[in-house]
Amino acid sequence: MSTPLLAAVVVALGAIGWLLGSWRSKASVGGKVSTLHSRPGYYGAYVLCWTILPAFFLIVLWSAISPMVVSNMVSSRLPQNVQDGVTQARSLTTSAINTIERGLATLSAEDLEKAAQPNTDVKALLLSKGAPLAINPEPYAVNAALFQLQAKRSSQLLLTISAIGLALLCLGFALFQVGPKLRSRNAVERVALAGLFACSMVAILTTLGIVLSMLFESIHFFGIVPIQDFLFGTVWDPRFSAAGSSGEAGGQFGLLPLLWGTLYISFVALLVAVPVGLFSAVYMSEYASGSVRLMTKPLLEILAGIPTIVYGFFALITFGPLLRDLGAHVGLSISATSVLTAGLIMGVMLIPFVSSLSDDIINAVPQSLREGSYGLGATQSETIKRVILPAALPGIVGAILLAASRAIGETMIVVLAAGIAPNLTLNPFEPVTTITVKIVSQLTGDLEFNSPQTLVAFALGLTLFVFTLALNIYALYIVRKYREQYE
Amino acid sequence: MAVETAPMTPDSALSASRKNEAIRARIKRRYSAERRFRAYGIAAILFGLAFLVALFSTIFARGYTAFQQSTFTLSVVLDQAAFGSSAPTPSELRMADYTKIANRAIQQALGVDPNNKADARAAADLLSQNADTQIRKIVTADPSLVGQTVKVDVLAHGNVDSLLKGQFDRSVAESRRKLSDKQLGWLDRAIESGILTKKFNTGLFTYGASSKPETAGVGVALVGSLYMMTIVLLVAVPLGVAAAVYLEEFAPKNFITDTIEVNINNLAAVPSIVFGLLGLAIFINFMGIPRSASLVGGLVLALMTLPTIIIATRAAVSAVPPSIREAALGVGASKMQSITHHVLPLAVPGILTGTIIGLAKALGETAPLLMIGMVAFVVEYPSTPMDAATALPVQIYMWATAAERGFVERTAGATLILLAFLVVMNVTAVILRRRYERRW
Repeated sequence: MSTPLLAAVVVALGAIGWLLGSWRSKASVGGKVSTLHSRPGYYGAYVLCWTILPAFFLIVLWSAISPMVVSNMVSSRLPQNVQDGVTQARSLTTSAINTIERGLATLSAEDLEKAAQPNTDVKALLLSKGAPLAINPEPYAVNAALFQLQAKRSSQLLLTISAIGLALLCLGFALFQVGPKLRSRNAVERVALAGLFACSMVAILTTLGIVLSMLFESIHFFGIVPIQDFLFGTVWDPRFSAAGSSGEAGGQFGLLPLLWGTLYISFVALLVAVPVGLFSAVYMSEYASGSVRLMTKPLLEILAGIPTIVYGFFALITFGPLLRDLGAHVGLSISATSVLTAGLIMGVMLIPFVSSLSDDIINAVPQSLREGSYGLGATQSETIKRVILPAALPGIVGAILLAASRAIGETMIVVLAAGIAPNLTLNPFEPVTTITVKIVSQLTGDLEFNSPQTLVAFALGLTLFVFTLALNIYALYIVRKYREQYE
Repeated sequence: MAVETAPMTPDSALSASRKNEAIRARIKRRYSAERRFRAYGIAAILFGLAFLVALFSTIFARGYTAFQQSTFTLSVVLDQAAFGSSAPTPSELRMADYTKIANRAIQQALGVDPNNKADARAAADLLSQNADTQIRKIVTADPSLVGQTVKVDVLAHGNVDSLLKGQFDRSVAESRRKLSDKQLGWLDRAIESGILTKKFNTGLFTYGASSKPETAGVGVALVGSLYMMTIVLLVAVPLGVAAAVYLEEFAPKNFITDTIEVNINNLAAVPSIVFGLLGLAIFINFMGIPRSASLVGGLVLALMTLPTIIIATRAAVSAVPPSIREAALGVGASKMQSITHHVLPLAVPGILTGTIIGLAKALGETAPLLMIGMVAFVVEYPSTPMDAATALPVQIYMWATAAERGFVERTAGATLILLAFLVVMNVTAVILRRRYERRW
């Protein structure tokens, strides 16, 4: 029985358990439900939990462990010279065995027996059954595949029997307990609470997954390319990985040009986003009448809802060429993909991030501060400049830092509008490239894992993660601290 | 300070009026500074709105033509000779030379002599390379058509399409043009006689990836996106709601809870591309789910959407007044019952709004999908979430970087479709909020 089907069977057993549980609870008090400790549904749920949960744990554990055991058993049966071979050769053999096994799995029982005989042409047999092989299988590989298939099948059979057995056993046990005294609601609620807690742990698990996976692959990468060459190298020239060349660097992986491009574009973006965002926030919270505010605020927030690919496309087909033509008009050579193109468009994207957070923060400044300033004869703009903005400054800095972290991590705009040439240049009219662009270009197309050319993407990702995490934590800390100040 | 009041001398009157003037000038300066400041604010808002208008109008102007496609209406002669017999077997039906049939039809329609090799070739070039598939589909669906002459709408080549949409420059020298003078002459006549017309482009919604713009569509990508959104709904909503309920209602104030909170806020701000790397490392390399599968994409997007849903649900749950909870507890409900029976149902509109906004964000997300191999040339509809698939924004990315000019229109068209989806989702969210939101 396949695992999904098995899971479905267990769930069906659980449903039966639910019905039996609530029926037995009612029967145990002769239909006088009010004398039960909990409502009958809770008894049903109690039996359901007992039926499903242990069996599910078993299935999950088994599915995690059994493939490892099987592959260990298979590789220990391979000839000694294969076992001692280099890693690549071994993984090639493993994938060959897996391919043969997938072909064998489609065969009927008699055909399998035929394939098991030593002098059968397995390739021809598989071809005749519609499962062509691309390789000429070695006899030991066929044997191993047969063994693997059998091991998998018997493991699955064992799992099926034990999972259903466990489910039935627990069902019986729980059903036996059902009676008017059983505090089933409390038990069910404890299980539900544990479930809720487990769900809230997913956030931590995700962060952990991000950190561990990046760290793991990055350490792998730094085993090939020294970490100082990555962090302080000024040349980015990864070359393409030739097959079989893995193990040596074959290229230069200097982070600095990418980091420079990222920071430069983010700086230009903030030059646009901060003044525009701040002024619109100030206008909206201090000057605009209720109806204007109601209209413009959602309109500006549309800017944050537009997918970044759309901004990128706009930059690519309209804005970049427009800048280039304008530049040509006044005698500047601006390339269509440049720091300026990407930075300006990204700046527009960031406006709502700056404005809506600043808006909240400005609104949180107590009215008494404003009135005090008006009372001294200050005009509205003077009040804003001398009283409100200084009071709101920490929060606004937090908002700007959050926008900066968006800018650093933004991908699609720079992929389409910044260019791909790693340039250490101060000229905003030239193309540069960023960390995110290089992650994309290293990981799209045909991949060969374990080559530094792909692993470097994880090192870049780790850099990006560390940068944005530091910015985020600091910004959130500032914003939170500031909010508490006036509450 | 100065208490004594000096008698008004002409001199002091002059200085007072000077002082007055200075004050007036300063007030004038301060008021104009005030007006300037206000104008900056208006300018900032107008800048944002102007950009919004520019963005939408450019994309609309570039993209609306993609919803029409140039089509030849041809009388196609399904000669028995082409099929080998009057009652062809299914394999004969499949193997017949439909390209030849289509070419004959266009040559006949344009009045070109099929024996003049060069002219015949030039005429055939006006048809899409997909023409044979279109005719084959009609014939295999109804084999009784063999031996008859049927009217068939056949796609025109991309170059013909751009001619009809006015994107073709006739003034370029003939040798550097994609269509020759002779072809242009035929086309003009075909337009006049009504066999070459623009029709609504259903292909844009049904076709998959293609190297020819006229047969490229977002159909396959839409299915991929649909799978992913379903997975996001199934994974992120239960997880997110459960996590939010725990944090808002049950969590004790301790180190673990604080860590979870900081984590969720950080996850909301982690660059999306990092989630793609996570998906690549965990779901593909570690768990062995095939690359390009919409399952991986869905899971990655679900993890990305999770913080949005958690934050929205927490806000909705905490907006339910404590009196509701206390009333439930007062009549003997357990804490869990008060939440599942009373608090959550009242929070549903808020949760739904948050979910829709999260889904809209996930629908437009591109970067993480590039990491997990969704940049694939997928022609077939994926039948399960484990099949290779692509998504709408990824399709836009692939077309945006395609070299051929005909794809610009398609890209803008696909962008319009994406934006339409987002508008519908966001408007639904706003309506839900307006209609069901309760103020306590």
